[in-house]
Amino acid sequence: MTGWARRDSMAYGSYLPHIAIPKGRLIYMRRIYIKEEVCIGCHLCEVYCQLQHSQSRDLIKAFKRESPRPLSRLRMEEKRPVSFSVRCQHCDESPCVYACLTGALSRDPDSGVVNVDEERCIGCWTCILVCPFGAIRQESLQRKMVKCDLCQGEDMPVCVTNCPNEALVYAETDI
Amino acid sequence: MAKIEKVEYLIIGNSAGSIGAAEAIRETDKAGAITIISDEPYPAYSRPLISEYLAERCSLERMLFRSPDFYKVNNIQAVLGKTVERLDTEAHTIELDKGGRIIWEKLLLATGGLPVVPQIEGVARRGVFTFTTLDDAKAIDRFLRGVAGAVVIGGGLIGVSITEALVKRGIKVTVVEMQERILNTILDEEASVLEEEALRQAGASIVTGHTVAKISCDSTKDAVSSVTLDDGNSIPCNLVILAIGVRPRTELTSGTGIKINRGIVVDRYMATSSPDVYACGDAAEAYDFIYGENRLNPVWPNAYIGGRIAGFNMAGVPTEYSGGTAVNSLRYFGLDVVSAGMVTPLDDGYEVLSEKYDHTYKKVVLKDGFVVGMVFASDIEKSGIVFNLMKDRVKVDGFKQALVADNFGLVSLPEKIWRPQLEMPPSVSASSIISTEQPEGILMGE
Ligand SMILES: Cc1cc2nc3c(=O)[nH]c(=O)nc-3n(C[C@H](O)[C@H](O)[C@H](O)COP(=O)(O)OP(=O)(O)OC[C@H]3O[C@@H](n4cnc5c(N)ncnc54)[C@H](O)[C@@H]3O)c2cc1C
Repeated sequence: MTGWARRDSMAYGSYLPHIAIPKGRLIYMRRIYIKEEVCIGCHLCEVYCQLQHSQSRDLIKAFKRESPRPLSRLRMEEKRPVSFSVRCQHCDESPCVYACLTGALSRDPDSGVVNVDEERCIGCWTCILVCPFGAIRQESLQRKMVKCDLCQGEDMPVCVTNCPNEALVYAETDI
Repeated sequence: MAKIEKVEYLIIGNSAGSIGAAEAIRETDKAGAITIISDEPYPAYSRPLISEYLAERCSLERMLFRSPDFYKVNNIQAVLGKTVERLDTEAHTIELDKGGRIIWEKLLLATGGLPVVPQIEGVARRGVFTFTTLDDAKAIDRFLRGVAGAVVIGGGLIGVSITEALVKRGIKVTVVEMQERILNTILDEEASVLEEEALRQAGASIVTGHTVAKISCDSTKDAVSSVTLDDGNSIPCNLVILAIGVRPRTELTSGTGIKINRGIVVDRYMATSSPDVYACGDAAEAYDFIYGENRLNPVWPNAYIGGRIAGFNMAGVPTEYSGGTAVNSLRYFGLDVVSAGMVTPLDDGYEVLSEKYDHTYKKVVLKDGFVVGMVFASDIEKSGIVFNLMKDRVKVDGFKQALVADNFGLVSLPEKIWRPQLEMPPSVSASSIISTEQPEGILMGE
């Protein structure tokens, strides 16, 4: 298994990490990365994500009939010519997990996936306020948060497999 | 004679801060003995959910913050339903109310807050409650039969939270707030107005700018019958909720020399002034990264994270607290409002940018080009991006107007901010890329 890394070797962007964490603690990351230079903003990632997270798994039903309407767990961002999709980054020190009022959010130490127990989510949106990516979405009808689950049960997240331009990369990393 | 125990880690309190610490300790020290003591007789539960309990009588199981086997799995001894009476920092011991002494190496005071009980005539009457524990919620629930009207004294977070629960239970509620507007410490004026509209629309009444001078009682039944305001007006009610605030629970520190200001003062490692004693959560006054000084910020996320930092330090892994600030997410009466930091500028040395349309409201407070406060209503999904710009002290001069714009997103920020966060860092080796492509030449299946 790859992907174990020591935090002190982490060189990161200007605004992570959010929470001080001890040096030397082992971390494990599984992430979807963007390749902005080849993203053409076709929104197929969004379409497949919404389909994947629908009840029916049927394109027409998922987009036109299902209630509650399935939500794409990723968001397209565009400012032409720049475009990319944003989703949960399954942060190691996950602000959402630490902020969660009910314990609905947790991070699996083995897989590195941040999971949500929908039964226990009360839609307080505290996670939304602390997410640096704005990656959490509101399922308003049921008052639950939803977010990228890396398509649990699939070999690969569907946004990655269906990106026509290979503008998304799925990696188990050792940063 | 009671047995004397000896543990590496002793945690007083069994809530957000306590669990944050215990989990951090177990991440680094699998074996050291941890004991958690709480005078509440339940496994750690989500305190904010007591309003849900009152509104819908949801089960304790649903309110638990961790799975029921949490203590067992993590090899933690939980002593529940017992109060720590005395703390001796010199001897490194505590004493329990029903006898029993524990010797500790590292101690965490995650003792939370106590509701402030105002000196009003009649506060001791039957029908007057505070609302900060599950037992409070249970007692109010038992009392509700036959209650038609309630007065909630205090229009802060707890007051609004119980108002929603009582309204859901069909009770006519009047909120009495001393200041000119409800939620005045965590929201700015515009957002307070939105909340007031939402409360009123749901059928609650709000009286601002007044206090309750007296709680009166039915002469025959010794139960609450009305409250009288400072202007002489009275409001009939059979239930009074005291929700004027919580104050840090610091009684254990008396006589120990542990430094107290408004709460237990801790440094950037969550350590108190006494060696081997740490504090976090509602009990503590910890670093606030907006004000650049220690403050009380009694909210759940700060308690958990502060506890986590304390836990690492207790376990011998030096870890600095980057600081907290006020963070609030309100979801009452169908209105979503989030706020953080300094929501109302202290003086005119600040710049305020805001947008308002329909029910959406967005505001950021800036100082010297940095975000120092924010309030978002309705359209909140991307508020976390702004919060983190604030937390990480990113200069926003160049794109500040975008922060409150309708189409705001990561792409509104300079490329040097979003690119390194979303792209694969060069340090990730190509071998870690996962792909489904089958190696050529291998054919399987039908
Ligand atoms: C109704 C309500 C709604 C809320 N809503 C929100 C919300 O929406 N968002 C949010 O962020 N926050 C909310 N809060 C605040 C949040 O619950 C607190 O910030 C949080 O619980 C603080 O955690 P803590 O670990 O510091 O202490 P606490 O949760 O207060 O726990 C401390 C524990 O220690 C025990 N204890 C203290 N002294 C002793 C002793 N000597 N011996 C034994 N046991 C002792 C106490 O009995 C208590 O069980 C709400 C609070 C209330 C009451």
